[in-house]
Amino acid sequence: MELRLKNVSHAYGGTEVLRDITLTIPEGKIVCIIGPSGCGKSTLLRMMGGLEQPDAGDILQVGAPPEGCLNPLTYVFQDFALLPWRSVEGNIALALEDHRLGRGRIREIVADVLARTGLADFAGALPRQLSGGMKQRVAIARALAVNPAVMLLDEPLSALDAQTRELLMDDLIGLWTRAPFTAVYVTHNLAEAVRLGHAIVVLSRRPGAIREMIEIDAPLEARDMSDPVLAAKQQQLWHLMRDEARAADAELANV
Amino acid sequence: MSEIRPVPFRGGGFRPQVRRWVGLIVFVLLIAIAEWGTRTGWISNLTLPRPSDVLATFGELWQSGLLFKHLSPSLSRLAVGAVLGVSVGVSVGVLIGLFSYVRAGLVPVVAALFPIPKIALLPLFVIWFGIDEGSKYALIAFGTFTPTVVATYGAVDNVDRTLIRMGQSFGLTWWSIVRKIVLPGAMPGILSGLRISLAIAIILLVAAEMLGAEYGIGAYILEAGSLYDLERLFAGVVILSALGVIVSSAITMIEKRLLRWRG
Ligand SMILES: Nc1ncnc2c1ncn2[C@@H]1O[C@H](COP(=O)(O)OP(=O)(O)O)[C@@H](O)[C@H]1O
Ligand SMILES: [Mg+2]
Repeated sequence: MELRLKNVSHAYGGTEVLRDITLTIPEGKIVCIIGPSGCGKSTLLRMMGGLEQPDAGDILQVGAPPEGCLNPLTYVFQDFALLPWRSVEGNIALALEDHRLGRGRIREIVADVLARTGLADFAGALPRQLSGGMKQRVAIARALAVNPAVMLLDEPLSALDAQTRELLMDDLIGLWTRAPFTAVYVTHNLAEAVRLGHAIVVLSRRPGAIREMIEIDAPLEARDMSDPVLAAKQQQLWHLMRDEARAADAELANV
Repeated sequence: MSEIRPVPFRGGGFRPQVRRWVGLIVFVLLIAIAEWGTRTGWISNLTLPRPSDVLATFGELWQSGLLFKHLSPSLSRLAVGAVLGVSVGVSVGVLIGLFSYVRAGLVPVVAALFPIPKIALLPLFVIWFGIDEGSKYALIAFGTFTPTVVATYGAVDNVDRTLIRMGQSFGLTWWSIVRKIVLPGAMPGILSGLRISLAIAIILLVAAEMLGAEYGIGAYILEAGSLYDLERLFAGVVILSALGVIVSSAITMIEKRLLRWRG
């Protein structure tokens, strides 16, 4: 399934947040969206997932979701959004319970995604007993459990420390290479975008408009940050971002 | 030479810990003082009955079977009234928390009802629900209803919205979101509201029984009071306190079970 945005614009009250975004998320690819904070990345992602409606423009699903897909557009949130009163298993089962799958089937799916995310030993743990990285793995496992057509990740690694972030990026790449999924990955971290994105969309400061779109052809599993091509891409992105970030900062100071 | 000393500790505190026996020791100490005071004559028998006499009265009450004659109607009134008030209160509170129209319509009504001393309405309830059990159930139910509503919708307001968004993003049904996200999230607030509601229920129970009941702790205390029988009066009061302690520790137990996830 492909996701298509056509001339999407949005304003909150008087503040214009998104301006004329036209974008296609191709099937089986990860599209990263970067931009300075407050430029409307989360808003855009909420619109892609149907949690919010744009003032203007269309957001279209093209094609049918894959076989056995329970929730075509599935989020992974920055703050994990795990229910503190449910165990790891219970949190994943939550996403499955409304689909009349039967207990046995639910247990199978939960066991499968726990194994894929390396959480098999933590099935009975409560969220408060887990580290941040583990919590986000649970959230990713929960998203995988519903076999989504498009995964929508909103700064999924921003709440984690640098080492954990590296490990989770490796996990995501591993998951994608074993079974390619379609994803929109919002971040303000260039390194994440260059590691995970097949395409990188750079948004301008508020109102967010597409400033640039960069494609990276190197396969995910073979990306090495010492590769000069990637380093050059990251440098290019950094120049684009730096101006936007600086301008966004100056704007804040003027308010 | 500069002076060397350890960094003074200034952390700690502000963190209640379990101190199992302190409550009991305070109780025992207070009773011991009363006993000692009344025995030495430092406290006159007209001011305070001797704790050992109260205990003896209590023993008689037990043996004569009168205790259960008074206690069982009280307990059933408390149970029926509180269950009614709390269950309606929680439902209405959740509805106020979830629907803007219900909130706009009912919050002012609840605010208007809350400060009314419910005892003042007893005559009205007698007309509406009859002189027997009906009016007592209604009084207790009504008295527990308002604090439960207020605690519940406050608790629902405090449920983490990102969790609700998460539920919506996974396509959970409305009812699933309420049952699996909103209610458990509001449970801590609902339970601490319950503590207050049930204490109010006990107060109203006694008041209702004082105003018209043959049997019941309230009736027993009223009778003792009018005869100026301090031992029996205090025996009744002790039963009420015990009831309060039992209810409160029952809620603590429920909290421990239901809120284990808070750690
Ligand atoms: N629900 C809302 N109501 C009003 N303004 C909002 C709302 N959500 C976001 N905004 C504003 O829209 C802008 C973009 O927000 P957001 O999409 O969260 O940015 P980003 O995720 O890129 O940091 C911000 O200025 C923010 O204050
Ligand atoms: Mg954001």
